[in-house]
This record gives sequence, C-alpha cells and structure tokens, in this order.
Amino acid sequence: MSLSDFLQTAMSQWMKNGGPEDDIVLSSRIRVARNIHDTPFPTLQTDTHANYVIDQVTSAIATPEMQHLGTFELLRCVEMSPLDRQVLVEKHLISRDLAEGGKHGAVILRSDEVASILVNEEDHLRIQCIMPGLRLNEAWTLASQIDDAFEMTLAYAFHEQYGYLTACPTNVGTGIRASVMMHLPGLVLTGQISRMLAAISQVGLTVRGIYGEGSEALGNIFQVSNQMTLGETEEEIIGNLSSVVSQLIDHERNARRALAEENREALEDRVCRSFGILAYARRMDSKETLQRLSDVRLGIDMGIIKGVSAGILKELMVMTQPAFLQKYYRQELHPAERDIRRAALIRERLRMDDTEVR
Amino acid sequence: MCQRCNERPATVHFTKIVNGEQSGYHLCEQCAKEHGGFFAKAAQAFDFNQLLSGLLNMESSPGFSAPPATSLRCSSCGMSYSQFTEIGRLGCPKCYESFSVRLDPLLRRIQNGTAHSGKVPVRSGEQVKVRKNLDTLRKELQSAIASEQFERAAQLRDQIRDLEQRMNH
Repeated sequence: MSLSDFLQTAMSQWMKNGGPEDDIVLSSRIRVARNIHDTPFPTLQTDTHANYVIDQVTSAIATPEMQHLGTFELLRCVEMSPLDRQVLVEKHLISRDLAEGGKHGAVILRSDEVASILVNEEDHLRIQCIMPGLRLNEAWTLASQIDDAFEMTLAYAFHEQYGYLTACPTNVGTGIRASVMMHLPGLVLTGQISRMLAAISQVGLTVRGIYGEGSEALGNIFQVSNQMTLGETEEEIIGNLSSVVSQLIDHERNARRALAEENREALEDRVCRSFGILAYARRMDSKETLQRLSDVRLGIDMGIIKGVSAGILKELMVMTQPAFLQKYYRQELHPAERDIRRAALIRERLRMDDTEVR
Repeated sequence: MCQRCNERPATVHFTKIVNGEQSGYHLCEQCAKEHGGFFAKAAQAFDFNQLLSGLLNMESSPGFSAPPATSLRCSSCGMSYSQFTEIGRLGCPKCYESFSVRLDPLLRRIQNGTAHSGKVPVRSGEQVKVRKNLDTLRKELQSAIASEQFERAAQLRDQIRDLEQRMNH
C-alpha cells in the first residue's frame, strides 16, 4: 500500500487539518464520564458486572437513536492484538489504561473516529469526541447527543446534589473534561511559556505536555483542560476554557510576530535546518522527530517553508509513533530499526508534497 | 563543613521533616547531588493518588466531628473509607451517600462547591424527582396515619401508588 493510501485509511478525522484557529489549535476534545445505576464501578467489578455493562451498551448502540448519530462498532480489548490497541492509544482514541488494563475493557468507535466510547475503564462509560481545530462547542454537542442516546436505554447513576456519579470524586458532577491541544512554539522560543502556564493553573485549568515526561513538552505541544467538574454547568466550563485558549492564541501570535521582526535570521535558520534534517536524515528518534516537526510546522505557518502541507505535524506526530510504524511496515521493529524506518517514512511523506526531498 | 565528607565546605542546607520530627542537613554541593537520590525518590512517589489520599485524610477544621474513617463502610458495595483513601476511587454510586460526611469537605476543596448545576439526564433525572416526591409523600402518609386523618391518608396512598407505577413502567 502506498503511503498516501495508508494515510487515507489510517487517519482519524482530528488528524486532518481544518477547523477554526488550526494554525495553533491541533484538536479539541470533550470527554464525559457516565456510570450505570446500582452497579459497582469498575474498581470493584466482578466478571458478571463487567459483562452486564458490556451487554447494556451493546444493546444501547443498536437503538435507532444511536444509529441516527452514525455507525458504531464495539471492540473488546481482549479481541484486539496489543499492537492494534497501541495504535488506538497513539491516535488518542483510547487511553493507555484501557489498552493495558484488564480483560473487561472495550471501545465503541464511530466509523469516522470522531467519537469513541471507552467501556469499563475507570468509569463504565467515557464518551469522547475529538475534532480538529478549536471546536469545543461542536464536540460537546455531539458528546451530549450520544449521551442522550445512551440514556434512552441505560439508567445512569445520577444524584440530585452531586450530579453524575463517577469512580473518582475529581470527575463527579458534570463528568466533563474539555481539553484543547495547542502548538505553542512561539511562547516556548520567546521564553514566555512557564509564566503563561503558571497563570493558567491559577484559573482552575491544568496544562501538560502531551509528549515527553514530566515538565518537558516535546514538540511544543500542550494540552489545556478544565480541572473541576462539579459546581459549574458544562457551558460555563467550556466557556472558561475557550476564553483562556483564545488568550493563549493571541499571545502565541504576538510571540511569532516578535520572532519574525526581531530574530528573523535565527528563526529561518532553525526552521530550515530542521527541514533539512527531516528531509535527509537516515535515522530519527521520536524525540528529535517531534522537535523538528514543530520547527517545520512553525516555518510553514510563518511562510518560511512553502509547498509543504501544514498537516504534516499532526499526521507525522501520530504516524511516527512505535505502534503506527509497525502497522505501516507490517512487521515487528526494534527501537533501532524503528529509527531507520521512521526517517524513511518522514522522507516519503515529505516527498508527497515536495519532489526535492531525497 | 560538609556533614558527609567532612572535606568541602557545606553550601547546601536543608531541613527534613518526617512525622513532625525535624532534622537539619548541611552538605557540600557534590554530596548533596549524590544524596539527591532521596529527592528524586520523593518526586517519583508524588503521584496523583497520594495527593488525593493526603487530602482525604486531612481533617477539614478543628472540632470537625465526622465519624472516624475506620468505621465508615458503604452499605451497598462494602468498600471501607480507608480503602477508598488508599486507591482514590469509590466502589459504587452508593458510596457517595455512605461517605458523604467525609466527601463533602473533600469536594469543597477539590471542586467548585458540592452542588451539581449542569446537565440532568432526562430519564434518570425524572426518576430522581419522582423518588424524592415519593419520600415526602410516604412521610406525610405516616404522619396522617399517626394523627388519624384517614381521608387524607387514603389520598396520599393513592398518589403513592400512582407514582410507584410510573417508576416501574
């Protein structure tokens, strides 16, 4: 299969470009936690309880209300290979906990992979909608519709005072976690990022790098999300996050402008050097890949690199992950082999846009 | 002078507090780095569940008179409160009521208050309302019987029967 054919079939909707503010916002995600009435949470689940949950959601996705919202398919984790589960993690469709967790986990995928429902993870149900660009409201609308369709057949654990009951009290109430994945190289390069992140944590939001350990954010990619789930409405939570994200976007644009005005040569050198490495290197580890991709994407956004599609950052940051590489090359690869194949895949992808790449 | 190597001057000073007991350390830079293992371990151990358990075990205020954590147990799933503080997850939906004396102060700290104001499920939300209504009516029925208002009691009984049928349908 050619790379472009593979991309056509392997990419989720969110990995494609498009959507408001997509030069900075890579994706918007809404996740809602729900549990079934009078049934122990997965924490204390027996086989009988777990199968009961699976049976309940299986009949729920067969209803006309659900089919009206798209084509859904349930996959049990035990029926998938570890590699396939890992691919779903790399595509952000399921969590690492679900992929590596017990025998009771399952995922319900909508055919375009905009919606995925995690079953028997920490909660009975986690409805997740993920879309490209800044589209929190749209993602919430869809998640809420799926929620309503489930509720036609499922009796939810709901408490008059506490709201939707969840296994962990950090999710109780609305059960909503709204998050926005952002590419912020300008704020990192101008040294403003730690100040911004500290400010964000003061207003009830959390930020983390989505790749890399601890405080290191590889590829200058950050995820901003709400911390509290009880006490405010879903609309208030999303509104609060959106307004902070908009401010971050403004600051990022200002930082990029400052870089272009005050440090053009250094910026061009950095961006073009990274492009050269991606286009010619024969070995790439995942850490360097993310850093170079971030530089190149910044170069594309700022008009320094022309003729390469802006989508390569999102496409390649997922496609160059270990499980995806092995899926594409259809063989098991050791880390050293992966570095060689990763470099080859990157060159192949760049060649789709630019014939100069060797 | 560094306490550890007794060679280089001590430039790193820190106080370790274990269970309220303080001990001072005075090390040179090199020994502090080598000694750093315990800083790293401390950082590793600092995960979310521990953070949550720390909050869970904290008494909210002096004079706070919740039952001791050890005696609390969920009547529905059997999880004890101390089990909850260890794993950071509740056993079943009923745990919220079983542990409410201790959960309320926790929710005030980690959440934006203790009252949900967002979406309400159409069906379960309706049931919650009906169940609450039933509770009130049953109490009224009891007092009507107690005060020998039998006509009123008969009305209440019919209302309760209606609601119960709606619940089961």
